[in-house]
Amino acid sequence: MTQFLQTLFDGVTVGCLYALIALGYTMVYGILKFINFAHSDVFALGVWMSITIAGWIGIGAAGEPVPPWYMGVLVMLLAMGVCGAVGFTVERIAYRPLRGAPRINVLITAIGVSLFLQNFGQLRWIFGAYPKAFPTLLGDQTLFSLAGVNFRLSDAAVIGTAVALMAALQYLIFRTKMGAAMRAVSFSPRNASLMGINVDLVISFTFVVGTMLAAAAGFLYGVKYGGQAKQTADSMWVMLGLKAFVAAVVGGIGNVRGAVLGGLLIGLIEWFGVAYLGSQYRDAYVFAILILVLLFRPAGVLGKATIEKV
Amino acid sequence: MPMLEVKGLNVHYGAIHALHGIDIAVEQGQIVTLIGCNGAGKSTTLRTISGLIRPSAGQILFEGKPISGMPAHQIVRLGLAQSPEGRGIFANLTVAENLDMGAFARSDKAQIAKDREHALTLFPRVRERLKQNAGTLSGGEQQMLAMARALMARPRLLLLDEPSLGLAPQIVQTIFKIIREINRDGTTILLVEQNAHMALEVAHHAYVLEVGRIVMADDAKKLAASDEVRKAYLGIG
Repeated sequence: MTQFLQTLFDGVTVGCLYALIALGYTMVYGILKFINFAHSDVFALGVWMSITIAGWIGIGAAGEPVPPWYMGVLVMLLAMGVCGAVGFTVERIAYRPLRGAPRINVLITAIGVSLFLQNFGQLRWIFGAYPKAFPTLLGDQTLFSLAGVNFRLSDAAVIGTAVALMAALQYLIFRTKMGAAMRAVSFSPRNASLMGINVDLVISFTFVVGTMLAAAAGFLYGVKYGGQAKQTADSMWVMLGLKAFVAAVVGGIGNVRGAVLGGLLIGLIEWFGVAYLGSQYRDAYVFAILILVLLFRPAGVLGKATIEKV
Repeated sequence: MPMLEVKGLNVHYGAIHALHGIDIAVEQGQIVTLIGCNGAGKSTTLRTISGLIRPSAGQILFEGKPISGMPAHQIVRLGLAQSPEGRGIFANLTVAENLDMGAFARSDKAQIAKDREHALTLFPRVRERLKQNAGTLSGGEQQMLAMARALMARPRLLLLDEPSLGLAPQIVQTIFKIIREINRDGTTILLVEQNAHMALEVAHHAYVLEVGRIVMADDAKKLAASDEVRKAYLGIG
């Protein structure tokens, strides 16, 4: 029972992170109909910017007292801001000139951007090529225990922030004028421009929002798995980003609610697989689900019932 | 000075020369129609005026101001809106949201509310369906929504691309009646139609377009009475 609850809990926590990243994939796909393969690197950038910004402020170093919670929020917001600016720039420089080009060109460019970000980040005067510890920005006390499962402060931060961000996104997309414009552009950029909507501006906005969510996921990942996050911009980030991409596809690419559902689903499948089938095939469980979904429900779980696309 | 002046407009799609130096003038307060067969270049003309296509040569003046080469989203702000071919409604948005998108470029809330009320009075069918997803509307309702949405931009010049396409005769009658009403309320209209009979009936002035060239231009009543038009476009005589 304890193992089941613990697994369920871990699956939901990591699922929230996958969902935050998957939202960026799915929003960009909804509008531009291409997979932004550089998105996983923005997630990694979120982790690295959090480390760097905390270092600048001078908080969270090993052996120092834990800073007040709002300093953590500040670090997250700053990391989101920097990543949003990077997302804006990437779209402007790399993707916008290819508007109207065949989609394969944009896809190859995205892979190029991904490789560029990975390697650029390893330059000595950027982040360097060596592992760094994620700062301690949050106390790790246990809030309460339920049937032997500990619910810690970092878990509350991850789930609480992720849910709040996803709720804010839902509001943005379905309740605001800008959100309606995003949905209009995703349906038909040409007709959206006839409404007086500046399509390029909406696309930039979408990129910024998507990358900010990925940056938040990076920060939360660091807070939750700080000890294990001591890795450079290598395959680990790409793998996490790829799993989030799988989540977006499983949920139904282009569908915002599908991305959230897919994220939770992938998180749960991964953790239940690890807990009950063994951890050596951790990644295989996720990609097996991708294969199954593509075989039997290629549009994704919510793909057929697509009500809203962004 | 005409409200809209198109001079020597040329459009190329790659190697295809779609419009060969077209001249059109739309006087304020009128309904002007552009009739012609499939592929004559009618929609291309409207899309170029709206800024969706860049002309390869020629000039477009709206109220004396050159607008060719301006992006589409800025042209709407000048007071020139289009109800596009195939209606172009956003099927993934509700009917109400579609209407709101029509007023996207505006911020005068009170006036928007008035215009919305006016548009819904013109199109009562649209009012009944406000909360529905626009994709669930019938063809006629979609056409009405597309026109109501274009009116939400508060245009001085309204471009209508084939409003009668694929609709039942009775609904076509209703649509044309409303086109007249919109014009009577003071909106100038440039109407593109394959249904030459209806178009010539409501229009003041008409142009006939054939494979990218204007071949006739005259008072709509005179054109409707001319032998060539009666034979080629009205199927009479």
